[in-house]
Amino acid sequence: MSATLDTHGHDDHDVHHHKETFVTKYIFSQDHKMIAKQYLITGTIMGVIGVLMSIMFRIQIAWPEKPNILFEALLGKWAPDGVMDADVYLALVTIHGTIMVFFVLTAGLSGTFSNLLIPLQIGARDMASGFLNMVSYWLFFISSFIMLCSLFVEAGPAAAGWTIYPPLSALPMAQGGSGMGMTLWLISMAIFIAQSLLGSLNYIVTVINLRTKGMSMTRLPLTVWALFVTAIIGLVSFPVLLSAALLLIMDRSFGTSFFLSDIFIQGEVLHYQGGSPVLFEHLFWFLGHPEVYIVILPAMGLVSEIMATNSRKPIFGYRAMIASILAIAFLSTIVWGHHMFVSGMNPFLGSVFTFTTLLIAIPSAVKAFNWITTIWKGNLQMNPAMLFSIGFVSTFITGGLTGIILGDSALDINVHDTYFVIAHFHLVMGISAIYGMFAGIYHWFPKMYGRMMNKNLGYIHFWITAICAYGVFFPMHFIGMAGLPRRYYTNSAFPLFDDLANANVIITIFAIIGGLVQIVYLYNFFVSMFYGKKAEQNPWKSTTLEWTTPVEHIHGNWPGAIPHVYRWSYDYSKPGHDDDFVPQNVPLKEGEEELQH
Amino acid sequence: MTALLTIIFVLFVAIAIWQMVKIFDLAQVGKSNSQIATDEDNKINGYLMIAFMVFIYVITFLSLYYLGDLPLMSNSASEHGEEIDNLMWISMIVIFLVQTITQFLLHYFAYKYKGEKGRKALFYADNNTLEFIWTIIPVIVLAGLIIYGLFTWNDIMNIDEDEDPLVIELYAQQFSWKARYSGGDNVLGKANVRLIDIDRANVLGVDENDPNAQDDFITSEIHLPVGRKVLFKMRSQDVLHSAYMPHFRAQMNCVPGMVTQFAFTPTVTTAEMRQRPEIVEKVKNINELRRERQAEIEEAGQELLYEFDYILLCNKICGKSHYNMQMNIIVETQEEFDAWAKEQTTFPNSLN
Repeated sequence: MSATLDTHGHDDHDVHHHKETFVTKYIFSQDHKMIAKQYLITGTIMGVIGVLMSIMFRIQIAWPEKPNILFEALLGKWAPDGVMDADVYLALVTIHGTIMVFFVLTAGLSGTFSNLLIPLQIGARDMASGFLNMVSYWLFFISSFIMLCSLFVEAGPAAAGWTIYPPLSALPMAQGGSGMGMTLWLISMAIFIAQSLLGSLNYIVTVINLRTKGMSMTRLPLTVWALFVTAIIGLVSFPVLLSAALLLIMDRSFGTSFFLSDIFIQGEVLHYQGGSPVLFEHLFWFLGHPEVYIVILPAMGLVSEIMATNSRKPIFGYRAMIASILAIAFLSTIVWGHHMFVSGMNPFLGSVFTFTTLLIAIPSAVKAFNWITTIWKGNLQMNPAMLFSIGFVSTFITGGLTGIILGDSALDINVHDTYFVIAHFHLVMGISAIYGMFAGIYHWFPKMYGRMMNKNLGYIHFWITAICAYGVFFPMHFIGMAGLPRRYYTNSAFPLFDDLANANVIITIFAIIGGLVQIVYLYNFFVSMFYGKKAEQNPWKSTTLEWTTPVEHIHGNWPGAIPHVYRWSYDYSKPGHDDDFVPQNVPLKEGEEELQH
Repeated sequence: MTALLTIIFVLFVAIAIWQMVKIFDLAQVGKSNSQIATDEDNKINGYLMIAFMVFIYVITFLSLYYLGDLPLMSNSASEHGEEIDNLMWISMIVIFLVQTITQFLLHYFAYKYKGEKGRKALFYADNNTLEFIWTIIPVIVLAGLIIYGLFTWNDIMNIDEDEDPLVIELYAQQFSWKARYSGGDNVLGKANVRLIDIDRANVLGVDENDPNAQDDFITSEIHLPVGRKVLFKMRSQDVLHSAYMPHFRAQMNCVPGMVTQFAFTPTVTTAEMRQRPEIVEKVKNINELRRERQAEIEEAGQELLYEFDYILLCNKICGKSHYNMQMNIIVETQEEFDAWAKEQTTFPNSLN
C-alpha cells in the first residue's frame, strides 16, 4: 500500500495492485475512499438513533406523561406503563446532543468528506498515512460502540446534558445516569477525541505535503480549505476537552477536587474542597465553541463547491471566502465565554466575550452574501445537492441572525438556556450542517458508489425536510422568548406556560414528519448503492480533480500519472471556452490568463 | 384539538405518499432515466423556491400572530428590564429586516436564474467594492449593537453598594429554593454547607455564632418591596442550578463552592401586574385552556385556576425534578413588606 504513495505526482511509476481479501478491502481497509464510506455508514447509523431519540422526547413534550406504545417498545423498564420516566427524558436529550454533535456532525461529516475529498481534490494517491487513517476509523467505531453500550447500563446512560457540567455529572447520588453511564460516556469521548486528533493530523499533513504539481494553496477548492482549517481547529481545541474529561474522571473516581467544592447531598457533606465547576465550563467550552465551527466549516466548504458547480459560475470572492474561513477559525477559539455570561464569571470577561462574539458575525455575513452573489446570474442546475445547498444558506442566515441576540451579554441574561437557544443552534449548526452533509452525499454519491441517487426521491426528501425544519425550529424562538426553559421533562408544573402547549404539539408533529421523511432518503441511499443508475465519470460537469479518476475505485486513485493542475477550481462559464467548465488539469490556452482571483 | 391535529397529520402523510407515487409514475413515463436535473426539474424547483420563500414569510407571520405577544419583550417588572427590552426590540428589528431581504434575494435568485440548456452563466468572480460594502455594513451595525449592549450589561452587572440594596440569599438544592433575608442589619450571617445540621433544622448551614446571623430569617417565598434595589447572593448546596426570574429579566447560576450575585429593582407590584390588560388577557386564555383539561389537572393535584404570580425557576439542568423547582415572588409596597418581615421567625428561633 505505502509503495503506491506518490508525493510529487510527476513520477509515472505503476500502481501496484495487491491481492485483496474481504477483510483488507472492506473492514481493515487503508484506502481513504473505503474509510470515507465506513465513516459515512457509521455516522448514518448513529444519526438514525439520534433522530429517533429526538422524536421520542418531542412526543413527551407535546403530550407529557401520556402512555405511548413507542416508549413501551423502545424504553422498556424506563417507561413503566408506557409513560416516560423523567430521568430517561434527560438521558435522551443528553445522548441525542452527544450523538448528533460528535458522532454525526463531526465524525460523520468531517470524517467522511475529509477522507473522500482531500486526496482526490488535491491530487494525491491516498492520505499521508493510510494506517493511521484506518486506526482513526476503528477508534471511532469503538467509541460509537461504547456510547451505544452506555444506553443499556443498569442506572441508565449519562443524563447531565451533553455539556456534562459537574457536579451533576460527577456525583452518582445526584443522578442515576452519573454512575456507570457517565463513566462509559467519558471513556467513549476520550477515544473519540483520539480518533479525531489522528484524523486531523493526517488531513493537515496530507494537504500540506501531497498536493499535485501546480496545486498551489490559492488553487485549492474551498472544500479542501474548509476541511483543512477544520482539522487545525480540532487539533487546537479537542485536547482541552480531553483534559477536562480526564480531570472529571479523577474527581469522580480518585477523590480529587478539580471541579467540586462544598457539597452537601443526601444528608452528608462530601470531602471535596477548593474546586470550581466554572473551571470545567471554561475547559468544556474552549472545545465546545470551536466544535460548532468544526461542524459547520466542512458544510460551508461542501456548499461552496456544490453551489459553484451547479450555478455554472465561479464562487464569488474566492479569496474573501478563504479569508473568512481563517477569520472564523481564529475567532472561534476566543469566543467560548458567551456560553457562560450567567455562570458567575467576572462580568468584565462577559464584556470581552460579547465583543469577540459579535465580531464573528462579520466573516459569517461575508460568506452569506458571497453565496447569494454566486447564484446571481448563474445557470442553476437544481440537482438535489443544489437544493440542499440553497437550503443551507437559508437556515444559516435564519439561525445565524439570532446569534446577535445570544452573543449580546445583556440580552442573553433573559434568553439563556431557553428554547430560543435551541432554535438558534439547531438552525445555524444542526440543520445547516445536516443540509451540508446531505448536499455532499447527493453530490459525491457517484464518486463513492459509482451510481447515481434517484433525483425525484431527493426532491421529496429536500422539500419536506425543509418545511419541517422551519416548522420545528421557527416557532421555538417565540416559546423561548416567552421564557420556557430547555431540558424540562414537562412544562405542566408551570401554569404560566400552559398557553404554549399547542405550539409544542405542532412542533412535535413537524418533527415526526421530518423524521419520517428521512426514511425516503435512507431508502434512496441504500437502494441506489446497489441498483442506482450507473454514473458517468463527471456527471455534474465539475472542474475539480476527483472527477478525473475512473468511476471504479482503484488503489492510488489514478491509473496512470497524477494529473497536473494549471488553473483554480472555479473556471465555470469562462469566456473563450466552448464548454461551460474547464477542469483544473486543462492547461491554459495561448494568451489565456488565469484569473487573478 | 388533538383530534384535529391527528387528522392534519394523517392528511400530511397521505399527501406526501400520494405525491411520491405520482412523481414515481412521472419518472417512469419520462424519456430519459437521467438522474441529473433537466430544464423541467429546474423550472419546477425554481417555482418551489418562490413557494418556499412565501412559506418562510407565512410561518414568520403565523408565529408572530399566535405566539408574538412576546410577554418577555413587554411588561418587564424591573428597572433594568426596560433597557434590555429596548435593546431586544432594536436587535429584533435589525434581524427581521436582514432576514426578510436576504431570504428574498436567495430564493428569488434561485427562481430567476434557474438553469436552461444553452444559456451561459455570467463569469463574475470578484468585486472588491461589493466585498468592502458587505464587510463594512455589518461592522457598523454590530458596532452600534455592541456599544449599546455593553453599556446595558455594565449597568446591570456592576452593583453599586452605596445604593444600600436589600440583601437576600437565594439558596438552591435538588429540587427546591429557599430565601434567607439579612434582617435589620442588612448583613447576611456567614454560612457554609459544612455547618448544615439537619437535626437542629439548620438546613442552610448558617453560622449560629455569627452576630450578623441573629436577625436573619429563612423563607420559602420571596417578598420584595417595590422600588428598592435587591441584591441576591446565590448559593447552591449540591449541583449547579440557575436562578431565573423571567419577569425581572434576571438570571444567575448558583454554583456550589462560591457565591454569585445579581441585583435589580422591582418596579411593579404583583397586585398592579395582575391588573395589566395584557396579563389579564393572558391569564384568561390560560384558564380557558386549563378548564378544557380539568380532570387531568385535578388528578395531578394542581389548582385548576391560574392566577398571575412572579416566579423563580431553575434554568440549569439539575436532575430528575429539574422541571419542577420553583418559588413564588411577591412584589408589594414597603408597608406590606415590613409587616410580612415582622411576622417571620428569626434564624436562632427557627432552630430546634
